[in-house]
Amino acid sequence: MSGFDGTLLDESDATVRVRFVVNGRKVACEVAPRETLVDCLRNALELTGTHAGCEMGACGACLVQLDGRAVHSCLMFAVQADGATIDTIEGLTESGVIADLQAEFHRRNALQCGFCTPGMLVNAHELLSQVAQPSREEIRDALSGNYCRCTGYEAIVDAIDAVAKARSEGGGAT
Amino acid sequence: MSAPLTSLDRPNSYIGRSVPRPNAKRLLAGRGRYVSDLKLPRMLHAGFLRSPHAHAKIVSIDTEQARALDGVHLVATGTDLARICTPWTGTLDHFKGMTSAPQLPLPVDRVVWAGQAVVAVVAESRAIAEDALELIEIAYEDLPVVVDIDSAREAGGPVINPGSANNTCFRSQLDNGTVDAAFAHATHVVEEEFTFGRHTAVTLEPRAIVADYDPAAGMLTVHHATQTPYQFQDLYSRHYGIPEARVRVIATDIGGSFGMKLHVYHEDMAVVGLSILLGRPVKYVADRIESFVSDIHARDHRVRARMALDAKGEILAMDVLDLTAVGAFSTYPRTSVVEGNQVIRLMGAPYRFKNYRASLEVIFQNKVQTSQYRAVGHPIACAVTERLVDMAASKLGLDPFAIRAQNVIADDAYPQTSATGYRFEALSHQACLKRLHEIMDYDGLRAEQADLRQRGVYRGIGIATFVEITNPSPAFYGVGGARISSQDGAILSLTPSGEVRCMISVTEQGQGTEAIISQIVADQLGLAPEHVKVITGDTEVTPHGGATWACRGAGIGGETALQATRGLKRNILEIAALILQEQPSALDIVDGEVVDAGTRKPRLPIAEIARIAYFRSDTLPPGTQAQLTVSHHFAPQGYPFAFTNGIQGCSLEVDVETGFIRVLKHFIVEDCGRVINPMLVDEQLRGGIVQGLGAALFEECRYSETGQLMNGSLADYLVPMPMEMPDIVIAHVETPTADTELGAKGVGEAGTAAASACVLNAVNDALAPFGATINSIPITPAKVLKALKRF
Repeated sequence: MSGFDGTLLDESDATVRVRFVVNGRKVACEVAPRETLVDCLRNALELTGTHAGCEMGACGACLVQLDGRAVHSCLMFAVQADGATIDTIEGLTESGVIADLQAEFHRRNALQCGFCTPGMLVNAHELLSQVAQPSREEIRDALSGNYCRCTGYEAIVDAIDAVAKARSEGGGAT
Repeated sequence: MSAPLTSLDRPNSYIGRSVPRPNAKRLLAGRGRYVSDLKLPRMLHAGFLRSPHAHAKIVSIDTEQARALDGVHLVATGTDLARICTPWTGTLDHFKGMTSAPQLPLPVDRVVWAGQAVVAVVAESRAIAEDALELIEIAYEDLPVVVDIDSAREAGGPVINPGSANNTCFRSQLDNGTVDAAFAHATHVVEEEFTFGRHTAVTLEPRAIVADYDPAAGMLTVHHATQTPYQFQDLYSRHYGIPEARVRVIATDIGGSFGMKLHVYHEDMAVVGLSILLGRPVKYVADRIESFVSDIHARDHRVRARMALDAKGEILAMDVLDLTAVGAFSTYPRTSVVEGNQVIRLMGAPYRFKNYRASLEVIFQNKVQTSQYRAVGHPIACAVTERLVDMAASKLGLDPFAIRAQNVIADDAYPQTSATGYRFEALSHQACLKRLHEIMDYDGLRAEQADLRQRGVYRGIGIATFVEITNPSPAFYGVGGARISSQDGAILSLTPSGEVRCMISVTEQGQGTEAIISQIVADQLGLAPEHVKVITGDTEVTPHGGATWACRGAGIGGETALQATRGLKRNILEIAALILQEQPSALDIVDGEVVDAGTRKPRLPIAEIARIAYFRSDTLPPGTQAQLTVSHHFAPQGYPFAFTNGIQGCSLEVDVETGFIRVLKHFIVEDCGRVINPMLVDEQLRGGIVQGLGAALFEECRYSETGQLMNGSLADYLVPMPMEMPDIVIAHVETPTADTELGAKGVGEAGTAAASACVLNAVNDALAPFGATINSIPITPAKVLKALKRF
């Protein structure tokens, strides 16, 4: 690379190599220190099911599972997630762990534009893994950080409620 | 041959059934294809430097350092884009005397609101574009700022648009009957001044656009998160001088719109120009803070209104003044005066009185533009009317149900013309009132309220009747000169394997357009809906049409699909009749099989007809040309609008110590004519009500005295969240429109139309023991405490 002028590179060009286990597979990417996890997932890894809605942790559209817990991927730099296990809506769909939630959301039309839906599902999955039979009030409270402009929330609450009941009755997915 | 629409017993009867949306499964799996997800080869990213001033002269712009930054491909100012884009003006001819200044993608010499985009940077990443924005220096010279309605109307005060005598955008007046005489002879007059704060759509996906100009082909492709691709095809073509056939607008999945994404935004127009200048795809997605300062806002009305009644409680007249402030420009191409126009025309719409006078004054100010957002004008007209009715009821000692029952237009008295001049085909206020009384358990709620008051718990019960405008004809925009279609088009094909493809001009925003179109096609043709593929949102593929706005998708798009399907069915049965040596009228289609019309005995699968027509036309009688693709357009005729109606009820509790309001339960009885998919209709109602509850209780764009938006983030601007929203009880009355075979009207605005009126009445009901009243929306805890003289 003759003629390459190293001084043309400034700090903003510097990247860091990070490694994650994303949806069950080891991946490595080069990220800028300022890059958020949601941008890294959506851009570098092309996992566009995770959405950016407010970029300040208020709307829940960017929720992913990080080491088994729901986190806002917009409130975390990609470098902070180095070494973590991350599951996005794509992985949760493929593994089938939220199939009953997805089926019930579909049956009750608990979504319209669908932009909030991946975050809703990640949060619903989190809730049901913590509380087996939440009351409607507990469901609404658990979703208090998930904004949906379309549905009015009731069908979402109904769907989660129905899945919670089905899981405790049948011990499995519908 | 065409079976009646109502029977759910006949085979392939899908109109009226709750069928889940086929396209929702993708969204549930995270496989939505939103414009914000899109990545094209060689795609660049745009960022915008925005004005920190609400009104200022641009003295100079220094972009030198920004241009020098690595990764920056283009820095463009207003002057650069003005060379290739013609200006636009947000006026319509039928709004006589309306004015608005010409607009360009980016301003050349003056900024008129804080947050207005001034300079564009296109770079290899959004981050680099934003780095470059920080290197741009703009020198501004402050101009006097006009932020509130009163200062905007002050004679001799600062004028926003140079060359104008004042800040008036539009004035309109209505004067029907004998208003002065009615007030002179009235036993009771109630009067109030109401304010309605600015709020905004807050779609979860912000505005997103990817413009891709190919100079070799002379072809512009725009991936645009919008409701109205054809409107934008026309606008990009005309303002950038590209033949319409070489402009393609693709509207795929969209993360919410509610009217907000069908307006021309300066950044969107700029992105198209940037792509033309660079010959490469350019992407722009607004961030949340940009959305708050550049998406259209809505409402911002101050209404003084009075109502005259006789001794028995009969409404005699209304007299209304609506002042509304719309920003520095009127929005293009639908204008910013439609809301005010609808406010003064929807006033008193459910009631029988004939004397009505209204003045509307639409005023410019240094804020972002307001324009059409869900339920345009309805919530204001409804809240003003319904609050006055409640005030009158309390003055007369009448129950809110009783005064409404006494005054609504009787269900058997249609057709009727409202005091404001709207023509109603058939509405059902009496039936809806009765039904609401039942589903609320009104008497039970009142008893509980009285009981709780003894214990210092203050609950309120509110009701609000409403009328909604749906299925708009060309009277809406076409007559004003806007190239916004009121007709829709569909192309319907029987595929070689016997399935049906329907390409239709109405678009999908998650309300279920594609689902209901597939239900209608399946129902009318006689096959299962899973064999119908509906394609929407691509101007290169679907025929030109109005798309989805103002409650027209089901009513007009649905009728288009119905008529197109009947055409295709006729053509299929003609070929079937030739093959089977029968008369077409002796045949029908059930479950994808041609059957004997009388016995329903299967004769031949339609797949076999398709096979013969496409691959063995030699076996058909000579001269036969099978037409297994039909194209069909439908424009509404008859009434200029298909009005719908309904009534909402609300039970809530006011904490008189803190001013907090908890909505306990909400109710709605709605009549949207033929219900195509009850589950989807109910979802429209619930979602609409929650948007209305947000407006009633939380949402307001708050500005400083210098015109700065003070709460432009999702942490500061309050939207309704799950834990504070109630469950909603829904019931229906069905009065189909006779203007179409389908009989469907719109339902998208109904929930939002009356929710805030209902809450306003309920809060006032709760505060009645204190003699406190509220006349301002949103009803914040501070306003409640102020009304109670505790703040």
